[in-house]
Amino acid sequence: MEILRKSRREARETVLDDYPSACAGFSWDEARTWLDGLPGEGGLNIAHEAVDRHATGEAGERTAIRWLGKAGARREIRYRELAELSARFANVLGELGVARGAGVFLLAGRIPELYLAVLGALKHGAVVTPLFSAFGPEPIATRMNLGEGRVLVTTTSLYRRKVAAIRDRLESLEHVLVVRDDDQALPEGTRELGPLLDAASPEYAIPATDPEQPALLHFTSGTTGTPKGALHVHQAVVAHHATARFALDLRAGDVFWCTADPGWVTGTSYGIIAPLSLGATLVVDEAEFDAERWYRILEEEAVSVWYTAPTAVRMMMKGGSERARSRAYPSLRFIASVGEPLNPQAVHWGVEAFGLPIHDNWWQTETGGIMIANFACMDIRPGAMGKPLPGIEAAVLRHLPDGGVARVDHHDEEGELALRVGWPSMFRTYLHEEARYRRCFVDGWYLTGDLARRDPEGYFWFVGRADDMIKSAGHLIGPFEVESALMEHPAVAEVGVIGKPDPVIGEIVKAFVALKPGHAPDEALRRELLGFARQRLGPAVAPKEIEIQASLPRTRSGKIMRRLLKARELGLPEGDTSTLETSR
Amino acid sequence: MAHLSRDTLRETVVDCILAVAPEADVDSLPPGRPWREALEIDSFDFLNILVDLEKRLGVSVPESDYHELATLDGLIDYLERRLTA
Repeated sequence: MEILRKSRREARETVLDDYPSACAGFSWDEARTWLDGLPGEGGLNIAHEAVDRHATGEAGERTAIRWLGKAGARREIRYRELAELSARFANVLGELGVARGAGVFLLAGRIPELYLAVLGALKHGAVVTPLFSAFGPEPIATRMNLGEGRVLVTTTSLYRRKVAAIRDRLESLEHVLVVRDDDQALPEGTRELGPLLDAASPEYAIPATDPEQPALLHFTSGTTGTPKGALHVHQAVVAHHATARFALDLRAGDVFWCTADPGWVTGTSYGIIAPLSLGATLVVDEAEFDAERWYRILEEEAVSVWYTAPTAVRMMMKGGSERARSRAYPSLRFIASVGEPLNPQAVHWGVEAFGLPIHDNWWQTETGGIMIANFACMDIRPGAMGKPLPGIEAAVLRHLPDGGVARVDHHDEEGELALRVGWPSMFRTYLHEEARYRRCFVDGWYLTGDLARRDPEGYFWFVGRADDMIKSAGHLIGPFEVESALMEHPAVAEVGVIGKPDPVIGEIVKAFVALKPGHAPDEALRRELLGFARQRLGPAVAPKEIEIQASLPRTRSGKIMRRLLKARELGLPEGDTSTLETSR
Repeated sequence: MAHLSRDTLRETVVDCILAVAPEADVDSLPPGRPWREALEIDSFDFLNILVDLEKRLGVSVPESDYHELATLDGLIDYLERRLTA
């Protein structure tokens, strides 16, 4: 598809105005000087960079968070106020006796308390994990136990729906702090957050924080086994800050809207930390996707930089560009997208609907921040991931028989996308799974698990996953977690879960199920299984389709062949089936 | 289809919801409460419900009308209005 050319004038007005010279002149040490550090030799704390350093004097009166409630409520939280509110939360943790380094989990929609709790917990030195509120009880329990969550901040209704029944399985949990969102009695074993905040001091001196001190624990799914807890440290903020400037063209004073939920890494790195570290105003919309509402927010809140996802763009495209064009967006300067490759049509649709192309970028939970991007100053090759950020070296590698790696020999040759280690927001381990962590690195490269190619002009192109991971609505879902939940149903003998391509959300989770003897493969049972999985996993992870089959293909070693299930689903040649178990 | 009673319409709506989310406890939904959130219907589920409703009732809902579908009663009112229009 046709290249979208950027004019010289466009390039001159952006933070990163010349890609080659920006890369040549950049060092992470220089990026560290863009932040303040804690007073004295106190180290580096994300919450200080994001909030406290902007909280005094005139700067403190600027809006940090502009919160838009589902039902039309609005709340403007100034930097000064956010510093106080997060200090109150840090003091609440202190008064509860929560140790530094303890796991603080959040399970809430995008309510103001979520943001002040994340920042307050970071001030206190806790390790913070926001969970997606559309998770069901099983994903919540798995993650809270892996991350040894001692504190949970949630709402009364989410607690009742998702936590109460699994509470006795949450081995490390000591304190549940709830935000009231219904008029029922406070659930047993919880404390109301509001009065605790009111009673706490609005002042909190952030203790000395080593830049390498753990700060954030984000879970990502694995093909096999449990989800992996990717641990990030406080100096990740160096990368959040620098990459937001480069890849999102974000500056102080911008009105920035990141549509991702903090339950996913994008919603924390760029939905909380990066924009605040720059002194921008963060728009937070509590409501779920609604194209009309989104057009209105872009216009009425005068959003200047917008970071969204391909699924949302494709949903808007379904409604046509007329609705978008019925409004004006004079403040909008830059649009970016992340989560899965943005199809070329969507890049162009941005121009049609908003007068601006949509800039795709690429990164992962493990990388903590944007690694490859289409920059404001750079021509867009629609469909490409873009080029590596200043400070990031990316390569396409092939695996050698001796276990080593080498760069592919030719342009456009496919291989595994890898990043040279050493950027500040790189994950530091998979919690309690050091061996699994080490397997991600070979010869000084982080192996991403994504297949890519690099064209002669240096643009990277996404090819696919090297494993069975499912990308649904931009979120990585591990088939194993879904299979395990379905296996708990008494009628289920075996399960294989795949990603089935979908024009809007990329892939949908589809489960193939074989039944135990004595169960009839009828519609009633199919529905029962669908409901069973949704109750346990929540709508974000549960299969959208279930198909009952007489038996599932297995390898001779007994592993269910997800790839073959997928090939059959797509009507593709089934490939080498020599390791396939003969049919029963 | 203008003669569909409100009860029949409600049954059809509930049927379409249950096809997507069989676990949904539609009966205990407090009136006036946004149903998508209470029943954990995500955007993808919601679109599938609308596709199913269109198949059964012949009513296609443009995005600009989604805000009228926030409550179950709102959804039923909307369908009733469109069917009798």
